[in-house]
Parts: sequence; C-alpha cells; structure tokens
Amino acid sequence: MSIKVTKLNHIYDKGMPTEQAALTDVSFEINDGELVGIIGHTGSGKSTLLQHLNGLLKATSGSIEVGGVEITRPGVSMVEIRKRVGLVFQYPEYQLFEVNVAKDVAYGPRNLGLSEEEIDQRVREAIALVGLDYETVKDRSPFELSGGQKRAVAIAGVIAMRPEVLILDEPTAGLDPKAHKDILNMITEVHRRTGNIIILVSHNMGDIAEIADKVIVIDSGKVVTVGSPLEVFSQGELLKSVGLDLPPITEFCNALGIKDTVLDMEDAVGKIVDLIKE
Amino acid sequence: MEKIITIENLTFEYTRVEDGAAIRALDNVNLEIDKGSFTAIIGKNGSGKSTLAKNLNGLLIPTSGTVFVDGYDTADDDSIWEIRQRAGMVFQNPDNQLVSSIVEDDVAFGPENLGIEPEEIRRRVDKALEEVNMGQYKQKAPHLLSGGQKQRIAIAGVVAMRPEIIIFDEPTAMLDPKGRKEIMKIIRELHEEGITVILITHFMEEVIEADRVIIMHEGKVLLDGTPYEVFSQADVIKKANLELPIMVELGQRLREKGINVPEGIIKEEEMVKALCQLKSQN
Repeated sequence: MSIKVTKLNHIYDKGMPTEQAALTDVSFEINDGELVGIIGHTGSGKSTLLQHLNGLLKATSGSIEVGGVEITRPGVSMVEIRKRVGLVFQYPEYQLFEVNVAKDVAYGPRNLGLSEEEIDQRVREAIALVGLDYETVKDRSPFELSGGQKRAVAIAGVIAMRPEVLILDEPTAGLDPKAHKDILNMITEVHRRTGNIIILVSHNMGDIAEIADKVIVIDSGKVVTVGSPLEVFSQGELLKSVGLDLPPITEFCNALGIKDTVLDMEDAVGKIVDLIKE
Repeated sequence: MEKIITIENLTFEYTRVEDGAAIRALDNVNLEIDKGSFTAIIGKNGSGKSTLAKNLNGLLIPTSGTVFVDGYDTADDDSIWEIRQRAGMVFQNPDNQLVSSIVEDDVAFGPENLGIEPEEIRRRVDKALEEVNMGQYKQKAPHLLSGGQKQRIAIAGVVAMRPEIIIFDEPTAMLDPKGRKEIMKIIRELHEEGITVILITHFMEEVIEADRVIIMHEGKVLLDGTPYEVFSQADVIKKANLELPIMVELGQRLREKGINVPEGIIKEEEMVKALCQLKSQN
C-alpha cells in the first residue's frame, strides 16, 4: 500500500476573473506504513492537497494513486475512495452529534451497510485504539467528555471505517498540554498497531520532528522539499523563507553553534554536554 | 503599587447538568492584581482558570466572596457597566466575537453601547485599529480575514472601550504560529502603554513574557510569583500535569548530567549566556 501523487494541479475558479492556482505540479510518494508530516503556513495549499487525497476536491490535472488505484480517474466511486482514505478535519469534535459515544463512532460503519455484529466489533476496536475504555465511555454523551477525549472519539469515528490511510488535519490544535500529549501518543500508537500510512498536518514543528518518518514542505501550492525530519529541519534558511520555524530545540542548538541538527531534548542534552566538556 | 483587582475568598460553584451536583470550580481564591502589571494564568483544562477570568469582569458572579474591579464590586448590579468598561475580555475563537459585516462597525459596537458621541467613536475606532495594525482593513468584511487578523479586530473592539484591564482567555489557541506572534506583539504593546494584562494560555513561550505567573490547579492557586520563582518549582508543576518552558526542562536535564547551569533560567538568551560562560571556564 503506497501513495503516488504525480503533477497534481488544482485551479480554483478556472476561467473566472478570480482564477487562482492552489496547487502547482505537486508530486511526491509515500511508502507503505510511513507516518508523514505535511507542513506549510496558512494558505500554502495544505488543506487543498488533503481534500484531493480523499476525493473531496477534483484535480484540474495530474493523478493520485492510492494502493495502485488511480483515484483521480473518472468513474472511481467516492465511497471506494473514502473507505480507503479517512480524513479527520480540524476540530473534529464539532461534528459529534449522537446521544452516546458508541453510536457516534458507529455512524460511519453503519453508512457502509455493514452487519450489526461487524459494526459493534469495529466500534469497540476503534475506541480502544484511541486510548479510551469502551465500557466506561460507550453510554456517555460525547458532550460530557473533556476536550481531548471528545477529539479522540471523533477520530475513532474515522478509524472505525478502517481506512488504509488516515489523514489528520491539525489534530492537536487548541488542546491543553496534557491532552496534546495524549493525542500525539495516540497517533503513534494507532500507527504502530495498524501499520498504515498516517498523514499529519501540523503547525507544531516539535511534534513533526518527534513522530514523522518523512516531512513534506508546501508553499504557494508547490512542494518545496521532501525528506526525513533531519534532512528537512537541517534547512533552516529554506524553511524561514517559506514562513516556517524550526522546532524550538533545533533553533536553540543552532544558536549555541552546535553543527549537527538536533531534533529532540535527549539529543540536545547529549550534544550540549559534549560542547561544554570538549 | 495600586491594586486594580482585589479578589477575596472567591468561591464559585456551578450545577452539573447531568445530575444536578454542585461542582466547585473555584475554591477560596485570594489574589490582588497590580495596576499596569502583566499576569499569566496557566493550568490544565478544568483547573478553574477560565472561570476565574470570567469572574474578573462580572460575566460570572461569585457564589461567595467578593471581586473588586477598580473598587467596584462585581456582584453589585449597578456597577456592571463601570466594570465592563474597565475590564475588557478577548476570547479564544475569533469567529464567535465579531458581530458586524464591516470591520470598523464591529470595533464601534462597544463604544456605541457606552453612549459615546459619534465623533469620539470615530476617533477611538481609528486609533484602536491603528494600534492593532489593522487600519487599512477598516472597510473590509471580517470573514475575509485570517484568524490572526480577526482576533486583532476583536482586540480593537475591546481597546476602543478604553479599558484599564484586558483579560485574554487563550487568545492564540486557534491561531497558526504567525497569528500567534502577531497577537503576542499586540499584547506586549498594550501592556507597555499601561494597560493591565491578564493572559490565560497553554503556551509556555507566552507565559515567560509575563511579570507574574499564577498556576491554577483544582480551583485553587497552586503557585504564584515571578516566572523565575514559579518555574523553579519544577516538581510541583509536573504534578499539576503541566509542561515546563523548554529552557527550564533543558536546564533541569543538564544539571542531572552535571552541567551546572543556574536554576530558574526561562529564556533562550539567558541559557546561551550561561552555557557560554560554563564553556569558557572549562
């Protein structure tokens, strides 16, 4: 299972005075099981790109292949795409609506026309995967839960569709530090247990440095660079030129004059100890 | 130092909808806020920090105890306009705070309700928009602006009321890094002009800009002091399920490895200086 995006273009309002290119010749590949971070400032085209990956927007030209199926080809059913690619929007807890958690998570699978038995099994599995206890939360109103728990339930609703690719748009925005950490741990746990591709859009460079295998940088609708966190965050100047920051700890170690790119606290401590003692 | 807010034995309870139980969100809080100060309030969700903020301008009235804003008791119905005029509030979600379809009308909404003369309103609106660097957008529609810009309009709406105090309740939580920097710059400038700032936030890099930090935990004040004093108590903070500013965390880890950087360093520049000194001694 892999994703291949080739020369993807999207033009809003084509042929109108307001015509605007949102994506220009975007190409990249995501290998099986990779956890990919997409970064770019607001308005860079990240959200437009995500919406192509699950078929919400149609490409003006170019192609997207998900698991060998070209989803940009005319005639591919939306249901098929959505089954493969699950998209969790920003502030997904605003979309909770059912009377209890179990019913809310079951909403997606039920629309797939699955048997009650299958639905029940998937709901239990999804709730467990996001780190909640099924028996404790199943009958509770989603609106009584804490902010972080609500968001976990909303994500479980997408996971219950068993997508082969899970896309999360700013999953930690607006949460307190504890809930932020819980959601981040939950994402790495889901990734570890399912082994599926996860695509994470975030403004938090520290989070991306910590959990991503690969980072895609977008600016003005174009791919600026693709690489491992180490490769991407070694290019501080380039990131600054597209309005992005380095992870705070990376920035700090640069300021100290440490030559290697440092991505986490552990590494920073080691490098600083070397620097002082050398 | 003149006190602009005095909180005495403030307890606030609300009734939980599901079972009608009384939940104590604030438990006997005593605080004084100096005029012209910059105070950051932190605490995990449910710690009572937003409830505290809403008690500071009469949006919520104490269950027991009293809150005085510039000498006015928030529980006194006749004082509520005096209090709201002195203590403005900016909330988390910019979309929920804008009421008009034109930026300048939105900013004028507050002063209009104070019964101010039209020419004076004009002056205040123009000045408030200049202060948040949004003067060029005054004829625009708010929904076409970015999150950071919308939040600046919301701040201008409060500034146009000429308050003594502005309470910011997680004003940057829904913004991108650029928007966050814009808002923090405006907050700093307002503070420099003499406005008393109370900032509720989860972002440690914003907290370290304040001259006083209050940590709320389970409805009580857990720690209160300068950032230096508060963040020296790393264990207490971790127990309250909060993070440490990144430099405090780094300092702690380095000391564990035998690198003796002084305690209480909260800013990058200070850490760089301390480390360079240590290196030159070696």
